[in-house]
Amino acid sequence: MATTPGAPRSRRIVELFLLLFAVGIAAFGYIQIGTNRDGSPPPDTVRNVVGLGVLALIAHGFVWWRARYADPLLLPAAVLLNGLGLVLIARLDLETPSSQAAGTQMLWSALGVLFFIVVVVFLKDYRHLQRYTYIFAVLAILLLVLPMFFPATYGARIWVRLGPLSFQPGEFTKILLTVFFSGYLATRAHTLTLTGKKIWRFQFPSARVLAPILLIWLVSVLVLVAETDLGMSLLFFGVFIVLLYVATGRGSWFAITLGLAAVGAVAVGWLEPHVHSRVEDWLHPLASIEQGLGANQLAQSMFAFAAGGMLGTGLGLGHSILIGFAAKSDFILATAGEELGLTGLTALFLVYTVVVSRGYRAAVAVRDPFGTLLAIGLASLLAIQVFVVAGGVTDLIPLTGMTMPFLAQGGSSVVTNWIIIALLVKLTDHARGPEAPMVPLGPLGPLEPMVPPAKGPKGPKESKEPKRRGRRAKSEPEPEPERKEAD
Amino acid sequence: MLRPARRTALFCLVLLVLLLLGCARLQVLQANSLDDNPANRRQTIARYSRPRGNILVDGNTVTGSRATTGQLKYERTYTDGPLWSPVTGYASQAYGTGLLEGVEDDVLAGTDPRLSRSSLWAELTRKQNPGGNVFTAINGKAQRAAYQALGGKKGAVAAIDPRNGHILALVTSPSYDPGRFAGTDSASEQAWKALNADPAKPMLNRAIRETYPPGSTFKIVTAVAALQSGVVTDIDAATDTPDPYTLPGTSTKLTNEAGGCKNASLRVALEKSCNTVFAHLAVDVGQSRMRETANAFGFNDAALDMPVRVAQSLYPKVDYPSQVALSGIGQGSDTATPLQMAMVAAAVADGGNLERPQLLDKLATSDGRTVSSTSASTYHQVMDSSTASEMQSMMQDVVNSGTGTNAQISGAVVGGKTGTAQHGENNVATPYAWFVSYAKPSAGAESPVAVAVIVEDGSANRADISGGGLAAPVAKAVMEAVLNG
Repeated sequence: MATTPGAPRSRRIVELFLLLFAVGIAAFGYIQIGTNRDGSPPPDTVRNVVGLGVLALIAHGFVWWRARYADPLLLPAAVLLNGLGLVLIARLDLETPSSQAAGTQMLWSALGVLFFIVVVVFLKDYRHLQRYTYIFAVLAILLLVLPMFFPATYGARIWVRLGPLSFQPGEFTKILLTVFFSGYLATRAHTLTLTGKKIWRFQFPSARVLAPILLIWLVSVLVLVAETDLGMSLLFFGVFIVLLYVATGRGSWFAITLGLAAVGAVAVGWLEPHVHSRVEDWLHPLASIEQGLGANQLAQSMFAFAAGGMLGTGLGLGHSILIGFAAKSDFILATAGEELGLTGLTALFLVYTVVVSRGYRAAVAVRDPFGTLLAIGLASLLAIQVFVVAGGVTDLIPLTGMTMPFLAQGGSSVVTNWIIIALLVKLTDHARGPEAPMVPLGPLGPLEPMVPPAKGPKGPKESKEPKRRGRRAKSEPEPEPERKEAD
Repeated sequence: MLRPARRTALFCLVLLVLLLLGCARLQVLQANSLDDNPANRRQTIARYSRPRGNILVDGNTVTGSRATTGQLKYERTYTDGPLWSPVTGYASQAYGTGLLEGVEDDVLAGTDPRLSRSSLWAELTRKQNPGGNVFTAINGKAQRAAYQALGGKKGAVAAIDPRNGHILALVTSPSYDPGRFAGTDSASEQAWKALNADPAKPMLNRAIRETYPPGSTFKIVTAVAALQSGVVTDIDAATDTPDPYTLPGTSTKLTNEAGGCKNASLRVALEKSCNTVFAHLAVDVGQSRMRETANAFGFNDAALDMPVRVAQSLYPKVDYPSQVALSGIGQGSDTATPLQMAMVAAAVADGGNLERPQLLDKLATSDGRTVSSTSASTYHQVMDSSTASEMQSMMQDVVNSGTGTNAQISGAVVGGKTGTAQHGENNVATPYAWFVSYAKPSAGAESPVAVAVIVEDGSANRADISGGGLAAPVAKAVMEAVLNG
């Protein structure tokens, strides 16, 4: 494959070995549960391991076919996380014989991989998404409003129920909104930064430019507050300010927005009873014990982490089921913390870090503003969600009901995360492949939306030329000031 | 766009570091306190996940474990619970642990690192040790004798081997069966509530956890203080004591139950339990020397563990000489546990040397490997041996011809002191009957047993309540059990 030095290498063989490794870790997980409990692996172990392996290989095949130059770490990391999630859920199923979740989660994982394949196969170029920026915005709002017409579940109005099926539209919304933010900001970045009044040291964007995006964002946040889905609000907000900052490069805006957000958070935390109780629990997680009411979920979660210590109890030997409700979904990290210990958690976080850092690498490599913003948006989405969930269950920040990407029980979440991985795969394929960026970019990138270049046979060698030219083009303007001075 | 991109990447890295620090906080820094939180069920689950180790008396187990269904796999059982519960305490799935079951829980539950041969290997393999066994120093015969002699009367017995501090008997009455609330079912809950609501307080370990006014038994301490401080140099010389004795600084006149106390010698005063002589002596010795001696016996020690914590016996600081006088005869603000008074007798019996009281003989693994054995250690040298032999001579007179004749054992040498402690508002409540004693097989031999008995029986005829009448026979039974053992 890589015969010419410097030619892009697909690294698909690396991906294949990493995939086998990931599936192998999941298999070892099942075996450890078995040996730690009664000597035999949990029911359906063979089905689950083979199922995961087959899914991994099918996904791998499609990546090879349609995204040959994709980053080889993304798919194995996703399979590893999804596999570990299945192991943890199967382990917790042992404690709840009347409520089995592993089988359903396996089906959702398969559906997730199916969506992954659909995106990898049918999305020829991620830049096509930019054409539908506003459609995505409308879709996002529609999906957000939808659960309001369905009954609330556990204090949050985030579910849509159709017979036996239920899903959280908000999960899909986060991709749609990220695409919208990226698409909108990619084309308006200059207008945002260069127009508008300057008040004291801060340049404020003109209202005309900022209004639509603020409106969309505000509506989404309001809807979420109305539905009391705190975690998702926090996530949207986080991605929004990250993208705004990356698009405009204005650190002061970042600081101002963050300050405003802090004020808003304090106000909501004070006024909204649901949020207020979460803040109280965060500040005094053991208060209910002192009041003689026993340990609440958060305290139980903290007990689970503490019981894990450095090395963990080993899979199957912990008692994280004491958390009770949501032990398999929002609190699944507590099981990982108790049974895998700080060592296992660190490894787990590093797997997430690999995905996020690969997203950032793609963001730097794609060199078109939309691609950069989309990659950063998706990577930040994952990073912030991991932080909000893990921080919540470890009492680092107030607890918000959200799922740990890939690990937690929950169909919409798994499917959404697979779509995110698919988009990142497409982005990295573009960034690393022979069709890699040809357009030289200034520090801020072009003002107009990029149109995908006409398809044509391009060898690896050809693709190198534009790159070099790009670099030269970028370095050329530098001597200019000297000339000016000479004039 | 690249610079902000790098910065947001850095921001994500900061989030990662924060998360890792947050996890380390729970899993390393706060792990122990969270593990020990009473609302954390893990300790209970672990404690009852396998058969619990046993508590043994004379090499025979007095506890057991029974398999159950449910999250907690094994339940504690007790053989002859009311007899042994003052020693064992309880291990209840619902209500925690008490006394030895609590203090040695790590060994009994198998979590004590000393139980594993190689702790590093145990840490790596996470192999859990079976519960270890706790061997008590209790003398089964003495315990049974004390329990039977009390005969259900409200009271307590504590017996010590003066030579090594081994606690030979620890009896409280009325008692309870800890097996009644070992589980988590409703029967356990009812039993627990009923026992706690019982006005007779059957779950109170009177031998070590209740303090009483020591009454005349405290005169032993006053006598030792007088001899050690040189206030009395000859136990047979007359003391300059009026009868009745007016408490200094007051017009209160202190009287005696018996006659012949005027200017009585120390020997006669102890034999007849003269209040006037000892109140006067306490004033002459002075508060600080009195406190010094009382502290040497173990009074005011707030951290006396054997290894179960013993309630603090008090000889407090007082403001007036009249109070010093009263405290010299065991009234006023003095309080003592029965175990404390047994320690007083033990110090006299062992030539002035007080061994630290010890309920445990050794701790062993389930397969019999000793992991810790208790050795005798001196608590205090309370008095010199000449004072001790003078005290012995006087206490033996008490039993031979004084108030304690009910404790005589033929063929053995017994020394003792009676006490009748007044208490309640204006001392109208039924007095407590005390008897404190030791026994030797022969005059030259070392004493193998010192005992303190208290009977607080409201049902008894008030006239009959005296240390010699109610308590001395119980002490005799315990001493006989040890001597004949």
